[in-house]
Amino acid sequence: MADASGASGDRGPVTALATPIRLDYRFTAGTAQSRTLRGLARGKFIGQRCPVCHKVYMPSRGSCPTDGVGTDDEVELPDTGTVTTFCVVNVPFAGQTIELPYICAQILLDGANISFMGLIQEIPAAEVRMGLRVEAVWVPEDELGPTMASVRYFRPTGEPDADYETFKEYL
Amino acid sequence: MSPAPPVHRGSRPVAVVSFAQTQHVRREANRNEVELLMPVIKEVFANIGITKDDVGFICSGSTDYLVGGPFSFVAALDAVGVWPPRRESHVEMDAAWALFEAWVLLQEGEIDAALVYGFGKSSMGDLAKILALQLDPYVMAPLWPDPVSLAALQARALIDAGKASERAIAEVAARSRRSALANPKAQVADDWSVDDLMAEEYVVNPLRRHALPPLTDGAAAVVLATEERAFEWVERPAFITGIDHRVETHALGARDLTVSPSTTKAASVAGAAAGGIDVAELHAPFAHQELILREALGLPDSVDVNPSGGPLAANPIMSAGLIRIGEAAARIMAGEATRALAHATSGPLLQQNLVAVLEGT
Repeated sequence: MADASGASGDRGPVTALATPIRLDYRFTAGTAQSRTLRGLARGKFIGQRCPVCHKVYMPSRGSCPTDGVGTDDEVELPDTGTVTTFCVVNVPFAGQTIELPYICAQILLDGANISFMGLIQEIPAAEVRMGLRVEAVWVPEDELGPTMASVRYFRPTGEPDADYETFKEYL
Repeated sequence: MSPAPPVHRGSRPVAVVSFAQTQHVRREANRNEVELLMPVIKEVFANIGITKDDVGFICSGSTDYLVGGPFSFVAALDAVGVWPPRRESHVEMDAAWALFEAWVLLQEGEIDAALVYGFGKSSMGDLAKILALQLDPYVMAPLWPDPVSLAALQARALIDAGKASERAIAEVAARSRRSALANPKAQVADDWSVDDLMAEEYVVNPLRRHALPPLTDGAAAVVLATEERAFEWVERPAFITGIDHRVETHALGARDLTVSPSTTKAASVAGAAAGGIDVAELHAPFAHQELILREALGLPDSVDVNPSGGPLAANPIMSAGLIRIGEAAARIMAGEATRALAHATSGPLLQQNLVAVLEGT
């Protein structure tokens, strides 16, 4: 507290007070997301398919956001995908572990209908582009865990770029 | 003397036509909020043979403080599936207030039906700390007063005022838990005697374990419809013939904690005073609060209070108030009651109160 002494003294009125707040949580991933997390611990992308619209979500929260039905059909997806969009990160920040500049991209795995965020490496920042074909580089087997950190980064496969028409729906 | 307030009957008759809730549990360890809600939403539509395309508005009640993440109500919409896009809203309050918002929108005449739901998992964080943060942020919240200690101050004031006894509080709990034996969704249901309950240790004097609500993970949903739709979908809709909510000051020290004038006012505007109430579902999370509400509502002893077991049998935060409306409506729809009162509360120590009167045809 800035001043708990009240009106006495000559320190002036209280104009601010600090009330530290901290809350701790035990997060519940849910059954669908848990399957994805267990897949990551095995070095696999596990998505789920909507029985109505047949879209594949990786990760899935257990429900198709379009149809509101359970996505119980499990789908193992490949390590390969397409950069739909990206940004070059040049700004340093607290807790940073990656060398600047680096590329943060939205990656649409082959066979998936939703993209997720991933790191792009093994290519100069200036050469990253929409449509770039990439593959996941996993951490060594003994470091795999139920976390997206099991994927070290994505790197170019060397294939020709994907046609814009194939990913324009996912931007 | 000021004239009697108008009764909020609305210009369009609106009814509860379907109600669903989870099996309430202490800790839902596996399912996240979306997975908790999905079967409830499915059931509330399936009960009356409709789909999400039949409701023109969706309104939910929940709080991000339970999840520890922002915009959790947006994520929860995945449980409904909102494509094509539709009108949607949310209150950071018990879903009974989401129902009020939907009722107002139904009065405006643009929509014929609405889905209302609430959800919350008490198990993911420290609920006592989370609830302390609903208090005023300058002089109360920094002290982190837990809800049980605050409730104990209220119960002590009630006993000192000669309006309750520790035994009367235990009687509320014993009756609630016995009633809950007939409610398959209840979390706490047993046939303990008042003497058994009185033998418990104090949690915070004068409150024993039985006077406290259980910690519950759960969700509930209701479908509201206008008269025309209601009769298409169900034989006996539970018409909301009056509904109102009122709030008291957030300064606990400025209130007489032994009375609930906001409940009395809301009940008056909702038309509850006309009497003839068969069943009342009261959202009194702490047992002694039922005694305060009974007095505020002027309920005669003949009224069946909390036949579901009430919040002492299951207290899923953010939906326990909506469940009172759902339970009251369910009794009307089943032909077991003709005029029911439902009450919901929000904030510390009955700060804000909503009263709805429901009637069959």
